[in-house]
Amino acid sequence: MANLSYPTKPQRSWLATLGSVWAWLFLLALVIGFSIGNPVFLTPFNLQNILANMSILTIIAIGQTFVIISGGIDLSAGYVMGMVSVVVAQSMGMMPPGTPLWMALLIAAAVGICFALIAGLVNGLLIARLDVPPFIATLGMFGIARGVGFLLSGGMPVPIYTEGLGRVGNGYLFYFHPKAGWSFLDIPAGLVQADLRQVTGVLPFVLIFMVILLIIAHLILSRSRFGLHTYAIGGNKEASLRAGIPVSRRLIALYMLSSTFAAFAGLVYNTRFTNGAANAGEALLLDTVAAVVIGGASLFGGAGTVIGTLIGALIISVLGNGLVIMSVNPFWQFIAVGVVIIVAVLIDQAREKLVRS
Amino acid sequence: MASTMASMTQPNASSTKPILRLEHVTKHFGGLTAVNQVSLDIFPGQVVALAGDNGAGKSTLIKMISGVYRPDDGRIFLEEREITMASPQEARTLGIETIYQDLALCENLDATINIFLGREPLRPMLGVFKQVDRRKMLSESQIVLDRLDIKIPNLRRPIREMSGGQRQAVAIARAVYWNARLVIMDEPTAALGVPEQRKVHELVKTLKSQNVPVILISHNLQDIFAVADRIIVMRRGQKVGDVLVQDVTGDDLVGLMVGAGEA
Repeated sequence: MANLSYPTKPQRSWLATLGSVWAWLFLLALVIGFSIGNPVFLTPFNLQNILANMSILTIIAIGQTFVIISGGIDLSAGYVMGMVSVVVAQSMGMMPPGTPLWMALLIAAAVGICFALIAGLVNGLLIARLDVPPFIATLGMFGIARGVGFLLSGGMPVPIYTEGLGRVGNGYLFYFHPKAGWSFLDIPAGLVQADLRQVTGVLPFVLIFMVILLIIAHLILSRSRFGLHTYAIGGNKEASLRAGIPVSRRLIALYMLSSTFAAFAGLVYNTRFTNGAANAGEALLLDTVAAVVIGGASLFGGAGTVIGTLIGALIISVLGNGLVIMSVNPFWQFIAVGVVIIVAVLIDQAREKLVRS
Repeated sequence: MASTMASMTQPNASSTKPILRLEHVTKHFGGLTAVNQVSLDIFPGQVVALAGDNGAGKSTLIKMISGVYRPDDGRIFLEEREITMASPQEARTLGIETIYQDLALCENLDATINIFLGREPLRPMLGVFKQVDRRKMLSESQIVLDRLDIKIPNLRRPIREMSGGQRQAVAIARAVYWNARLVIMDEPTAALGVPEQRKVHELVKTLKSQNVPVILISHNLQDIFAVADRIIVMRRGQKVGDVLVQDVTGDDLVGLMVGAGEA
């Protein structure tokens, strides 16, 4: 029997990791730059603020990560988020008076998620069964969800009057006061009005929610059969089919997963701003796709990670926060994110060419 | 002389039972008869080359064996049991593994995942959740590659970083791991350089030594003479030759393929 030893090509693994390495370095550079520019940037309060404010962007971007790895894209996520926020706001308004907050929120969330699941199911059916390109199918859903959201809300934000909702979206797990010390879930007892300004919240609920979703998504993507199939479909759809992967079912599930995460983002919006608005996620398309691509995902499909997307979201959020703190006109932020996403795709393509050559 | 070869009885028939038997298999596409009344037997440990010019019906014949097409007429037996296959997946469950020319590998994933793709082993995580058992995939891949005497350093590298021969080896390992009873290879050396072609030849011989029959579709006479025991020649949908490799020359084969001496 012949001994078949294949010569190894020179190691190119550094190229494969370059995508995320440069993102880490860029994030580090931004943090250092803004810290030098204005010391306020590096205070724990500001850093926590960045993390809480990026939760909506990050949550949508998680769903987008799955879809982009499978070789698709979900343009509708932002408006699905808006539509869900309207549905949740109106559902909460319909609760009989005296319904406990948690029950009202749970029921409204369930209704909102159902709307999102329908949107995702339609996207998935169009893409998996009728072979509509993801770009077109989800662009259509972009318009539909936008229209449904505005029709339901009558074009106006829908306020939510349920008592205590704002404390869910803007509350913290711990509170700290220099004199009164630490307290759990509520501000320290026995403080007079004058002391309240000195209370610091630690660990915002929305940040905890975001981290939980990140961990779950990371485990699904990196450990489960569903996650593995997501990479396989993005890498070679035909081969996945021949290997017996239920590609259609997987694609439908992927688009439903993306809109479910959009619904989670809508819920965060509801609790943070105590209203629902059809255009709540309007500006997020650029930022979410940018976060995923900066995080090392390939728009060709087959590559990307949840951790990478987190770094991408961090870069975008740090950029936004830092520019404001440096008193730069906030409109520059759009330009900065636009440039970063283009650079990220250029790096992705260069990597692709180098690896293929 | 072509006619004498075509009329030869099944070589190597002796007393062993065929793994695969085709009886008068026919496939039409509209008015065209792509495969016309083809019968053949494939025996254990035999490498059978399927030769023929473009449009001779080789691929259609193979696709009927691998479950892509259903024959319009005729019967297929696997180990003496008649089989009908509705899909390539069914053929694979029966032990008929096809290695396509494009190999059907996910280049972004590593060798171990490709070997197990669609049939990943799972192990429990945190009691409720099931995760893909990467460790088992790695150790099992190592075992099957050892069995085939293939050495691929670092199985965790993505396929796209591997050479053409390594990719072919992974595709073959995938077929063998799932206890293939019959391996079909479609133009396995078409995209390879000469040294890698030789390695593929070695692999085919290894399969043969493990008693797995191989059907090899090839245009390449060098391939055929390097590894095949038997050659089946197709022309215009019909089987026009079924010969032992030592009984023919390249010129004879070409003659059969193009139908020289007939007109």
